[in-house]
Amino acid sequence: MSDSQPAPIISVRNLVNRFGKQIVHDGVSLDVKRGEVLGIVGGSGSGKSVLLRTMLGLQRPSSGQVLIEGREITRMSDSELLSVKRRYGVTFQHGALFSSLTVAENIQLPIREYFDASPAALESLTELRLRMVGLPVDAGGKLPSQLSGGMVKRAALARSLALDPALLFLDEPTAGLDPISAASFDELVTYLHRSLKLTIVMITHDLDTLLSTCSRVAVLVDRKIVVDTLDGIMKNPHPWIQEYFHGPRARAAQAAVADDATEQGRPS
Amino acid sequence: MLFESERSGDGLTLRLRGGWCIDNLREIENSLAQLNEQGRQIKLDFSGIQTLDLSGAWLLRNWLERTSQAGGRIEVVGERPSHFAFLDELLQRQSAQPGASPPSATSLRDAVVWIGRGTIQQAKQTRDAIGFFGRIAATMLRAMRSAHHLRLPSIARHVYETGIQAIPIVSLIAFLISVIVAYLGAQQLQTFGAEIFTVDLVAISVLREMGVLLTSIIVAGRSGSAFAAEIGVMRLNDEIDALQSMGVDFYEVLVVPRLIGLVIALPLLTIIADAMGLAGGALLSSMLLDIQLTQFIPRVQDALAPTTFWAGLIKAPVFAMLIALVGTYRGMQVRDSSRELGRLTTLAVVQSIFLVIFADAIFAVVFVELDF
Repeated sequence: MSDSQPAPIISVRNLVNRFGKQIVHDGVSLDVKRGEVLGIVGGSGSGKSVLLRTMLGLQRPSSGQVLIEGREITRMSDSELLSVKRRYGVTFQHGALFSSLTVAENIQLPIREYFDASPAALESLTELRLRMVGLPVDAGGKLPSQLSGGMVKRAALARSLALDPALLFLDEPTAGLDPISAASFDELVTYLHRSLKLTIVMITHDLDTLLSTCSRVAVLVDRKIVVDTLDGIMKNPHPWIQEYFHGPRARAAQAAVADDATEQGRPS
Repeated sequence: MLFESERSGDGLTLRLRGGWCIDNLREIENSLAQLNEQGRQIKLDFSGIQTLDLSGAWLLRNWLERTSQAGGRIEVVGERPSHFAFLDELLQRQSAQPGASPPSATSLRDAVVWIGRGTIQQAKQTRDAIGFFGRIAATMLRAMRSAHHLRLPSIARHVYETGIQAIPIVSLIAFLISVIVAYLGAQQLQTFGAEIFTVDLVAISVLREMGVLLTSIIVAGRSGSAFAAEIGVMRLNDEIDALQSMGVDFYEVLVVPRLIGLVIALPLLTIIADAMGLAGGALLSSMLLDIQLTQFIPRVQDALAPTTFWAGLIKAPVFAMLIALVGTYRGMQVRDSSRELGRLTTLAVVQSIFLVIFADAIFAVVFVELDF
C-alpha cells in the first residue's frame, strides 16, 4: 500500500437506487478512506438508510457498484458476501439486540456462528468487548430489556465489535440518548477509533456527534452526495447544507464545540 | 501450532508465529494450553507473529497474567505488541469494576426461595386475571349503555377477520369430518342391515358436538393466536402505553371488540359448519348407501329432537368467550422480548383449546342431566 494514495476501504461508484418511480440515489459516488470517521447526513427520506443497507450488502442497488476492500459486493454470491460481512460490524438505530438473549449471548452469537470456541474463551472475549465499550462486566448477564437506552447502544456496539472488525457502521449511534450519554458515547467512538485504528461510517443527525467525531462528512442532497471535510462542507453554498450547518440548532452546537476547544487549549 | 520452541543454553525460548487472531480461535486456545506444558521458566518472543488482533492479544495477555500469578516466570523478548498497551489502558480505566455477585447459598434455601417466589407469582397472576376479567365486565357494561363505547366498526372488522375469513377452512373441515363419520358409521351399521341409522349418526354428532367443537378449535388456532400476537406486539411497541396516555381505555378498543366480534362470529360459523356437515353426510349417504336426498331429509327430521341443533349452538358463544379472553389476556401479558411473545401466543392457543374441550365436557354432563 503506497502512502500517497492508499486504496479506499469502501468505494461506492455511480450508485442508483430506485423504488418504482421514486429515485432515491441518482449516481452517488463515495470513497471511504482507511482509518477515517465518515459521517453521513441528509434530510429524512434522503436515502441514508438505503445507502447504508446497500453498503452492507443487505440490498442490491438498481445499478452501480459498491467495493469493500476492493471487492465488488453488489454482484457477489451470498456465500462470498458472507466473507465480506464477517469483516465489518454494524450497530442499528434501535440497537437491534436480540431481545431473548442476554447481552453476553448477544455478543457471543457472531463468534459462535463463525468460529469454534470453548466456553472459557467465549467468556473471556465477551468480557473484553464489554470492557471496550465501558459496560460493567456483570451487564453481560442482563437481558436487553433491563438496560437503559445508553447501555443498549453500548451493548450493540460491543456486539458489532465481536469479530474484531476493521470497519464499523453506526446507524444513528446517539439518537434517543440524553446529551450527557450522547457525549460519552461520542467519546467512546473516538477512543476506539484512535486506539484500534478503525474505519467508521456513521449516519447521524446529531450535530454534536458530527463535529466531535467525524473527520469527513458526506451529505445526501437532491439524490446526489457531497463529500468534504467538515470545514469544507460548511462553506458549501447548497441551501440545504447551509440550513443544516448554520441553522439555529447548528450554531448552538458549534458554539459548544468551540467553547470546549478554547477550554482545552487554555493552560491550566 | 502457533509457536515454535527453541532450546538455547540456559532456557527455553518460544517464538510465537502465525495468525493470533479471532479466525484461529481454537488454534490459539490449543497453543495456549500447550504453552502451559512447556515449563514455568520460558522466554516469549512475539516478533514472529504475522497478524494479531485484539481478541488474540487479549487471550494471550490473560494467559500471561494467569501464568505469572501462578508463579511462572515469563520473560518477554523483543517488543510487546501495541495491542497490549490498549488493553492495559482499558483495564486501568475500569479498575473499579464491581465484583462478581455474591455466591449463591445452600440448595435448601434455594428451594424455599423458589417455592415462595412461585407462590407469590401465582397469586399475582390470579389477581391479575381476576382484575382483567373484572375490567372487561365493567367495560362491557359501559359499552352497552352507549354506542360510542361499543366501537361498532372495530367489532365489524373482527367479525370479518375471525368469522367470514374462516368460512372456507371451517366448511372444508366440517365437510370432511362428517364424511369420515358417515363412512365409518355406514361400514359398521351395514353389518346389522341398519345403514339408515348412519343418517342419525351424522346428524346428531355433527349438530350436537362436531360442528361447534371443530369450529371452536379452528378458531382458537386462527384467532386466539392472532389476538395474543397482535396485542403482544402492541405491548412490545409501547402502543398500549400510548393508548393509555391518551386516556383511551384499551380494554374498550382492543379487548371488548374482539370479544364481542368473536361471540357474534363463532355461532354463525357453527351454523355453517353444521350445514356443511349435513351436506357431507348427505353426499356420502347417496353415494355409498343409496340413500337419496328425498329420503335423507325426512330421516334427519325424524332423527333430531327439537333441541339437538340448539344444544350445539348454545355452546358457541361460551367457547367464543373462552377463546377471546384467553387470547387477549395472554397478549396483554407479553413483556420485554420476542421470546415471550412466542411463548404466550403458544400458551394462548393451547389453553383456549383445552378450555374449549373442558367446557364441552361440562356441557355434555349438564345436558345429559337436564335431559336436554
